[in-house]
Amino acid sequence: MSILEVQAVSKAFGGIQALDDCSLVVEQGTITGLIGPNGSGKTTLFNVITGYERVDTGEIRFDGRAITGETPARIFGLGIGRTFQLTRIFPHLTVLENMHVALPRNIGGLLKHWGSSQEQRQAMDLLDFVSLTSLKNEPAGNLSYGQKKLLEFALILVAQPQMILLDEPAGGVNPTMVNELARGIRTLNRQKNITFLVVEHNMEFVMGLCHMVNVMHRGTKIAEGPPQAVRKNPAVLDAYLGV
Amino acid sequence: MKALRTLGLLALLILVLVFPVLISPNNVVTDMAVFTLIYAMAATGWNIFSGYTGYISIGHAVYFGVGAYTLALICQYWNIPGGYLPFLLLPLVGLVAGTFAIPLGFIALRVRKYAFAVTTIALMFIFQLLAYNLRGITNGSLGLYLPPPPWSSDIIDLPFYYVTFILLLVSIGVSWRIRHSKYGLGLLAIRDDEDRAFGLGVKTGPYKLVAYVVSTIFVGMAGGMFVYFIGTIFPQFTFDPIVDVNLTTIAFLGGLGTLAGPLIGAVLVVPLQQWLTLQFGGSSLNLILFGSFLLVILLVMPRGIVPTLQSKWLSWKASRLKGARVSATRQERPALVDRKEG
Repeated sequence: MSILEVQAVSKAFGGIQALDDCSLVVEQGTITGLIGPNGSGKTTLFNVITGYERVDTGEIRFDGRAITGETPARIFGLGIGRTFQLTRIFPHLTVLENMHVALPRNIGGLLKHWGSSQEQRQAMDLLDFVSLTSLKNEPAGNLSYGQKKLLEFALILVAQPQMILLDEPAGGVNPTMVNELARGIRTLNRQKNITFLVVEHNMEFVMGLCHMVNVMHRGTKIAEGPPQAVRKNPAVLDAYLGV
Repeated sequence: MKALRTLGLLALLILVLVFPVLISPNNVVTDMAVFTLIYAMAATGWNIFSGYTGYISIGHAVYFGVGAYTLALICQYWNIPGGYLPFLLLPLVGLVAGTFAIPLGFIALRVRKYAFAVTTIALMFIFQLLAYNLRGITNGSLGLYLPPPPWSSDIIDLPFYYVTFILLLVSIGVSWRIRHSKYGLGLLAIRDDEDRAFGLGVKTGPYKLVAYVVSTIFVGMAGGMFVYFIGTIFPQFTFDPIVDVNLTTIAFLGGLGTLAGPLIGAVLVVPLQQWLTLQFGGSSLNLILFGSFLLVILLVMPRGIVPTLQSKWLSWKASRLKGARVSATRQERPALVDRKEG
């Protein structure tokens, strides 16, 4: 069963056709990779799925319902979390405060102190999951690059999403940590049945982690399949190596 | 540590309360004190919006003026005599300013950051022009007069001082409540990365507008208090760019977005400004001296007094604890991630 369907989506920025009649399907419960050379439209695809950009034409369906043109907040609420290529956390807030920004709020509790016990436990559990507990009172801007990525990851877990889009999660993270990250993703996928769509240039990471891989080139999908098959696909080799 | 802090705050409170009685009758000093408190309240209000969200408003003089004219007009139409009654009208005055802020804030908040700042300045000048030209309401450049307070000249400042102090405490309370609430956390998130906050479900539009309106209520009450204290009201001294410059200077100097910043800023800026004017006003040397003072502070503490001292204090504490902590944590958990650059 598919959880996300992108149907014939196009998006242009001025003269650049970032997405050109792009279609792809992500199956429920999988870890799906999205690879392709620089400028092939991977991040733009993430942006239109999560509502940060509007599509020119085409439709996006999540869990059976059309989400084309919805706001980022609404899409986050529906259950799609995402991380950014350049990590976006709140640098002047502490690590713990960052977590509480993402925790769902109801209008009655707005003026209460943000650290109620139940929320606090939820936030601390997630910080524990990404091993940031000891840094909870540190301003997030002081964290290292890798730690910021972990924090961003924890941030989106707060809303208990059904699906997570990761934009280059392993970029700039050291090898030990990359393995740790892959293990975390697998755990969430298996235990909480979260579907992942992962953009990544680290091929070892993608091939080891993903059940399915989609390959993009010049704004559209050119291949899909299990990692081993995609690796040998002539169209893919052409896109990466050819002209 | 905590007891020491409570004790310090209590001592400060008592000092502020007995200060005018000790100094009285010295109207030069008590005048300064009243202006300081008025500006401390206005800057605390301003900080609730601009400090927390990072949207710098250079047009809150609109609400200072609206508050001022509202009080003057109410007193005129209802023939309200000088005394304590105008003080009781101040909450109403604040609400009127807040009501003006709903549509104006809605318009100004269509744009962000620098464009927002420019829009707010434009609003301020539009209101100044209106005050000059709507003569039927404002009496134009001839101005309006407020009922003179009935108290004798050696204690006249005291009621102003204490009532403003109460309002200041209310503004600090509101600011504190917001700063530590889930709502305030949303405002601070907007300051850091508005789009990201929006993406995480923070309703940025209503969040900003509510903070804007709340902040104008206090600036409006400050405007009302200001003209009642002065006794007269003219367009150029209420819808006045200097009010905006003072508010931003006070908040930036003390520390943007901190609770104590606007208070410390007001206590430093307002008396210094007035004292310099008294001493050197004739030769305009006061402006040069005041400017130099601001430059020195900017040079030494570019982020404002409170944040600079805070980080100094934290790093001093960290350096004292360092020896013990490094050995404990580093062994427990090998560095999982890249060290911080540099």
